[in-house]
Amino acid sequence: MTTQVALSNVGKTFPASPTTAALHALGPIDLELQRGEFFAVVGPSGCGKSTLLEIIAGLTPATQGSVEFEGRRIAGEAPDSIGVVFQEDASLPWLDVTENVAFGLRRSKLAKDERDARVRDALRLVGLSDFATSYPAQLSGGMRQRVCIARTLVMQPRLILLDEPFGALDQQTRLLMGDELLLMWRATGATVFLITHALDEATMLADRIGVMSARPGRLIDVVETNWPRERDSRIVERSEFGAITARLWKTLREESLKTIGRAVPKPAADA
Amino acid sequence: MKRLFLYRLAVVAGAIALLEIFCLTGVIDKITMQPPHLIARDLYRLLASGRMNGAIWKTSTNTLLALVLALGVGVVAAALLHRLRALRDTLDPLFATYYAVPVFAFYPFFIVVFGLGDLPQILIAFMLGVVAMIVNTLNGLDRVPPVLLKTGRIMRLTPIDTALRLTLPAAGPYILTGVKLAVAYAFIGIIGSEFILSRGGIGYEINFAYNNFDNATMYPLIVLILLASIAINTVLTRWEKTLLARRGAR
Ligand SMILES: Nc1ncnc2c1ncn2[C@@H]1O[C@H](COP(=O)(O)OP(=O)(O)O)[C@@H](O)[C@H]1O
Ligand SMILES: [Mg+2]
Repeated sequence: MTTQVALSNVGKTFPASPTTAALHALGPIDLELQRGEFFAVVGPSGCGKSTLLEIIAGLTPATQGSVEFEGRRIAGEAPDSIGVVFQEDASLPWLDVTENVAFGLRRSKLAKDERDARVRDALRLVGLSDFATSYPAQLSGGMRQRVCIARTLVMQPRLILLDEPFGALDQQTRLLMGDELLLMWRATGATVFLITHALDEATMLADRIGVMSARPGRLIDVVETNWPRERDSRIVERSEFGAITARLWKTLREESLKTIGRAVPKPAADA
Repeated sequence: MKRLFLYRLAVVAGAIALLEIFCLTGVIDKITMQPPHLIARDLYRLLASGRMNGAIWKTSTNTLLALVLALGVGVVAAALLHRLRALRDTLDPLFATYYAVPVFAFYPFFIVVFGLGDLPQILIAFMLGVVAMIVNTLNGLDRVPPVLLKTGRIMRLTPIDTALRLTLPAAGPYILTGVKLAVAYAFIGIIGSEFILSRGGIGYEINFAYNNFDNATMYPLIVLILLASIAINTVLTRWEKTLLARRGAR
C-alpha cells in the first residue's frame, strides 16, 4: 500500500464577512488515504465534510496545515487525475448524455475512437447506454447523478471524490447505486473518497470509515471494515455489518445531538 | 397549441377584414389609407419591380451589421465585466439608467463626427442593442450554478474554455432574450435613423413616400417591415422554445 493523499494538521477557517463572524469550519485533521482504498466519511451535517472534500480537490485552500496528493502539495488548484462528483446536480442541461460524459475529453489528445470507446464503457458501467441521446431534463435526479459519475470516470482519475452523490435517492436505489459504485471502484482501481450521511451505506461500501466530530470537524474515529475486495450489498447480511454500523452510530450520536443543539443525555439513559 | 395558433390567425384575419370593410365603405377615406387587398397588391408590384431592392438591401445589411456588432461586443463585454467585479459595480447603475437616454439625440453628433454615410446609423442601432445584450448576458452569467464552475475547475478548463464551453452555454436562454431585444433595437435604430437623415434605406423610402402622399409605396413598405420583424421574431421564439424544452423546467 502506498499513500496517495496525505493531510497533516489541515484546517479551514472562513474569514469574517461584513455580515458574519469568522468561522472555524474544519480541523485540525490528519489523514492518509492509501492508493486504491475505499474511504468513507460520515459526520453530522455542517461539520465540514464538503469543505474537506474541496480542500483535497484543490477547489479551496486550507487555511492551516498541508495537503499532498501523490507527493505534491496541493495549493488551491485542482490537480490532474482527481475526479469529483458533487452533491448538487452538475449535469450540463444543454448537452445530451453522451456529450455530457465526453465533456472533459474534448481537449484531450485521445484519438476519436478511443474517446468514443471510453464514453461508451462509462455509460455501460453506470447503466445509461439506452439514454445516450437523452438530455438531462429527461432523466431522473439519480440518473443525472450517474451522468456526472460517468463524466468523471472517462477521465480515468486515480482519485474519485464523491460528496453525498446519492443523497436524494430512495433507500433501494441507493443500495443498488452502491453496488454499481463498488463495481466501478474495482474496475478502475481508483481510490474512492465518499462522503455520505447514511451510516449503513458507509459500512457497506468502505474499507475504512472516518467519523467526524461536530463543527469544527475533526476525525474522532476511523473504523476498518475488513471486507473482501469482491463484495456487494449482500454484505449487509453479515453479523459484522450490524456491529460496525452500531459502532459508527455510537460515536456519532453525541456529535449529532450537539449539532441539533440538544444537551447530551446522562450516560444512565444509555444503559 | 395548434388551436391557439388558429385563434391567433383568426384574430389577425378578423382585424384585416374589418380594416378592409372600413376602407371600402369609406369610414377610412382613400387618402388616409388604401384597403388591405390593394396594399398587398402594391407590395407585390413594388417587390416585383425591383425598385426597392437597393433600399431593402441597405436596411437589411446595416441591421445585420449592427446586430452582429451588438451581439459580439455585448457577449464579450459581459463575459469580461463578469470577471471584473469592480468595473462592473461601477457600470451597473449606468446600465440601469441607459434605457432612459434617448440615443437618437446623439444622431446629429454622430453625423458630425462620422459623416452622412451608413456608419452613424449602424452606430445608433449598435448602441441601442449592445446594452440589452450586456445586461441579459450578465444576468445569465450571474445565475450559472456554482457547482458548474467547480466542475470547470476540476476539469482544469482555461478561462476562455470556461466561458465558451461552460458559463456562456449555461447562460444561453438569457443570452437569447438579449438577442431578441437586440434584433428589435437594431431594426428600430436603423429604420429610425433612416427616417431622420439618410440617403437611402426603407426608413428613408417610407419618409419620402409620406412627404409625397405616395400611399401606394408607404403602406406596402410599412407592411414589409412588419412582416420581416414578425418572421424574425417567430424564428427566434421557436428556437427559444426548443432550447427551453430541452432544458426542462430547471
Ligand atoms: N464559503 C463559505 N463561507 C463561509 N462559511 C462556509 C462556506 N462554506 C461552508 N461554510 C460553513 O462551513 C461549515 C461546514 O460546511 P460544509 O463543509 O458544507 O459541511 P457539511 O458538508 O459537513 O455539511 C458550515 O457551517 C458552513 O456554513
Ligand atoms: Mg456537504
